[in-house]
Amino acid sequence: MALMRVTSPHAHGPMSTSRVMQNVLLATIPGIIALSHFFGYGTLVNLAWACIVALACETLALALRRRPIGFYLKDCSALVTATLLAIALPPYAPWWLIAVGIACAILLAKHLYGGLGYNPFNPAMAAYVILLISFPVQMTAWAPPRGLEQLPGLMASLQACFTPGAYDGVTMATPLDLMKQNNSLLIADLYAQTPQFGRWAGLGWEWVNLAFLAGGAWLLYKRIFSWHAPVAMLASLSLFAAVFYDGGSSASGGSPLFHLLSGATMFGAFFIVTDPVTSAVSVRGRLVYGAMIGALVYIIRVRGNYPDAVAFAVLIMNFAAPFIDNYTQPRTYGHQSGGSEK
Amino acid sequence: MRKIFDFHGGIHPPENKRQSQQGGIRDAGIPPELVLPLSQHIGAPAKPTVAVGDRVLKGQMIAEANGFVSVPVHAPTSGTVSAIEDRLIAHPSGLPAPCIVIASDGLDEWTELAGISDYRQLPKADLLNRIREAGIAGMGGAGFPTAVKLSTRPGSQVATLIINGTECEPYITADDILMRERPGRIVEGVKILQHLLAPGETLIGIEDNKPEAIAALRAATAGSNIEIVVFPTKYPSGGEKQLIEILTGKQVPSGGLPLDIGVICQNVGSVAAIADAVLLGQPLISRITTVTGEAVREPGNFSVLLGTPMNYLLARAGFQPDRNRRLVMGGPMMGFTVADAGVPIVKTSNCLLAPSEAELPSPPPAQACIRCGMCEQACPASLLPQQMFWFAQAREFEKLEQHKLFDCIECGACSWACPSNIPLVQYYRASKAEILQLRREHEKSEQARLRFEARQERIERDEAEKVAKRAARKLAAEKRAQEAATGGGETDPIQAAIDRARAKKAAQQAGDAADTNPRDKLEKAVTSTRQRLETASAKLAQAEAEGSDLVAALQTGVDKTRARLEAAEQALRDFTAAAEEAPLQETPVDPAAAAIARAIAARASEAALDPAEKSRKQLAALEQRLEKTRARLAASQGAGEEQKIIDALESSVSLLEEKVSAAKQQLNNPEGV
Ligand code: SF4
Ligand code: SF4
Repeated sequence: MALMRVTSPHAHGPMSTSRVMQNVLLATIPGIIALSHFFGYGTLVNLAWACIVALACETLALALRRRPIGFYLKDCSALVTATLLAIALPPYAPWWLIAVGIACAILLAKHLYGGLGYNPFNPAMAAYVILLISFPVQMTAWAPPRGLEQLPGLMASLQACFTPGAYDGVTMATPLDLMKQNNSLLIADLYAQTPQFGRWAGLGWEWVNLAFLAGGAWLLYKRIFSWHAPVAMLASLSLFAAVFYDGGSSASGGSPLFHLLSGATMFGAFFIVTDPVTSAVSVRGRLVYGAMIGALVYIIRVRGNYPDAVAFAVLIMNFAAPFIDNYTQPRTYGHQSGGSEK
Repeated sequence: MRKIFDFHGGIHPPENKRQSQQGGIRDAGIPPELVLPLSQHIGAPAKPTVAVGDRVLKGQMIAEANGFVSVPVHAPTSGTVSAIEDRLIAHPSGLPAPCIVIASDGLDEWTELAGISDYRQLPKADLLNRIREAGIAGMGGAGFPTAVKLSTRPGSQVATLIINGTECEPYITADDILMRERPGRIVEGVKILQHLLAPGETLIGIEDNKPEAIAALRAATAGSNIEIVVFPTKYPSGGEKQLIEILTGKQVPSGGLPLDIGVICQNVGSVAAIADAVLLGQPLISRITTVTGEAVREPGNFSVLLGTPMNYLLARAGFQPDRNRRLVMGGPMMGFTVADAGVPIVKTSNCLLAPSEAELPSPPPAQACIRCGMCEQACPASLLPQQMFWFAQAREFEKLEQHKLFDCIECGACSWACPSNIPLVQYYRASKAEILQLRREHEKSEQARLRFEARQERIERDEAEKVAKRAARKLAAEKRAQEAATGGGETDPIQAAIDRARAKKAAQQAGDAADTNPRDKLEKAVTSTRQRLETASAKLAQAEAEGSDLVAALQTGVDKTRARLEAAEQALRDFTAAAEEAPLQETPVDPAAAAIARAIAARASEAALDPAEKSRKQLAALEQRLEKTRARLAASQGAGEEQKIIDALESSVSLLEEKVSAAKQQLNNPEGV
């Protein structure tokens, strides 16, 4: 029997790509629970439908590209994309919106660029932005949180998704919208007079954000990714919010805490900004990448026309990631300075 | 307490050291046949000094060092040389290489040994020579000749002597067991090194997962100025560069040596071998090798004679071949698989790993790189492995070098950590090899270009000289005609003087047109030849020091250049004498014109030979030279000599071929240049 000839190293670490993806999926659970608790079954229905469509799209794409389907499905990346998009979409979104979104994410943003690892843009965020631009009405229809309105039951939720015409849900402006539209009230009064605000940020939203923070912290603890990008993003967002807070006048953009616990901040920080494929690679690069996203999120939230800014900020920085990489090469052992000497 | 520094990255693979730590050092015994590769170290292979059929004694030198970066090989036991031939050896390439094969006679009869206890009386050069003659080469795995590493340039100060007892690779415990069982030997060796190098401080670095070794060495070094430094376990802290950073906080400059920052590093195994070599006079003929893995029933550490076939050693440890599909020489991180279980243990074989399939499963197919950065976080050289992987796939070599591919120490940490199972190190190795190959080719074509340009220049220069000479000749003729016309008895001395001056000036101008007057030209020839002789002699000296095979070729070059220099000097002397004589004779002949005339005469006499005859002669000589060089090339190719030498020979063959064909052409068409 011939001896096997392979090159070193012969040992391999315990980590595998499917495990990375599975851990990411697990870490979304607290956030999903919080979302479902405050906004009803909508998110769960989104999630289930999105996963089905995603697996179908992935299989189709792999078949068209003549890749071994089982091998690639195992990496769970399609499920991660589906989960992230399902979380980002408004609950009770119609089925076709979700299907179009997933198809954009998997077929366009991922496989058209060569599949996992080759996609320059985060598929979930790219799809989100396409949907937001194409279907602004459906994409901005957020349900009111528990405590303000009666939440629809499971049947009503399914109905909302699959027979959208028959369902007439209630929607309500989100705290981020209110904050932007506000130009007459002091922040303190805004909080007191508007029912959508909770203790620190939006009612329900603050807990959703804390839940995603918990999931993210667990991923950090498991060393699934490094802390640099998310922490840099949160820090720069807080910094911008603090600088422009001016004590809470009607023109202010909201307190740092409001921004940290509103909209998709924590979800973005730990589940989108950390997407390794589309971020910068080195430690310094990730710090820059995260910090720029934080700054963009603040600017777009306060100055832009869209309800939330995470998706846009991330896409813009996806563009910039290769340049950041080029200028943040670490200092190699035995060299005086990093960077590519040209 | 000494400050411990950390290095970037690193990983914590399962140590798996316990298995082989039991039972102390076992003797592997004397196998019936020992196979000793001539190249067990980095550098030129050793040269056999025995012939097939010779009886050799244990410890007798059977192959001598062949050059400066080379070490000898000794017989590990007594017996008869049964063959000197190519055998499979433990080398990543899996190719056979020249070996001396000894059939052991079981008597284990020692040759006479001459140890010295009072090595301090010995001149340092002699001490170094002893280490070198004992055949010691880095036993931690690299195999660099120890004596070379210890030969510091005069004036360079060793601030820190580091003894590497780290042994960071999983599974391996050979150094550990040595430190535990023979700490005294190590300390004696360290003292020899201290005497030799006079370092500012001496440190023994050990990872904190070897408490027994630490205790043993602490006890053995009590009261000495050797410091034991313990630091946290992390792979690859035993890499020389990493260890230096851990202990000193300094980094070895890229492309430099530890000595550049005042550090010399030696492995504990080498240090113990140094003690044996100096104090007992024992050459390096055995080593401690860990045999481990789930496919051996009784893993442990063995004292093995060099040249012992691996399967003989494996059998001693209860090898179960049916459980094993790959044999790794070295550890699981940096070791390489061997092609055959019959390959011999050599000086660098610190471990023999026979894993079961469950233990080290076959690598699964690689998935896509998700750019997770786990490789980067593991890299001890602070590289960006994922980027380098990208560029390696795309064969963007320039980018690879920008990303410092050549600072990769191939430690394997990145591949270990990669969740997508990408064999990153394999990509880096392949790219490095390809880049080096490209560089060599580039150099070759560059040399060819330079040669071509030089030839072109020479032709142009010759042409210019010819034109200048023709002009001078014409002038002289005119002058003679003028003299004849004005002459006829009453020569006007003033007019004659004016004429002379004019002629001189013209001659000088003519000389200037040829870029030099004769004397300058001769002087230039002398100086340039002298310079050439100097560089050639320097090269020769270097080649001699390194024991390069080029010595003979260089020697003839030097001899020829010297002859040329003598000829040039003679010509200059003749010319000077003639020039001094001329004015004394008070002949009306203008010295400059005379010199020109002489030069012409010399040329003419040279050309007196039938030009065709001359070309034929040249051609014959050239052809002879070509023949000789070809023969040498064939011989070296046959002997599998170093690529460098073969390259040099090949290029000189092609040069000669060029010359021969040029000469042939000249012969057929004497006017054409
Ligand atoms: S560890 Fe592997 S998958 Fe992750 S970035 Fe490095 S090469 Fe890519
Ligand atoms: S093999 Fe090279 S690139 Fe990989 S971790 Fe080691 S030094 Fe870094």
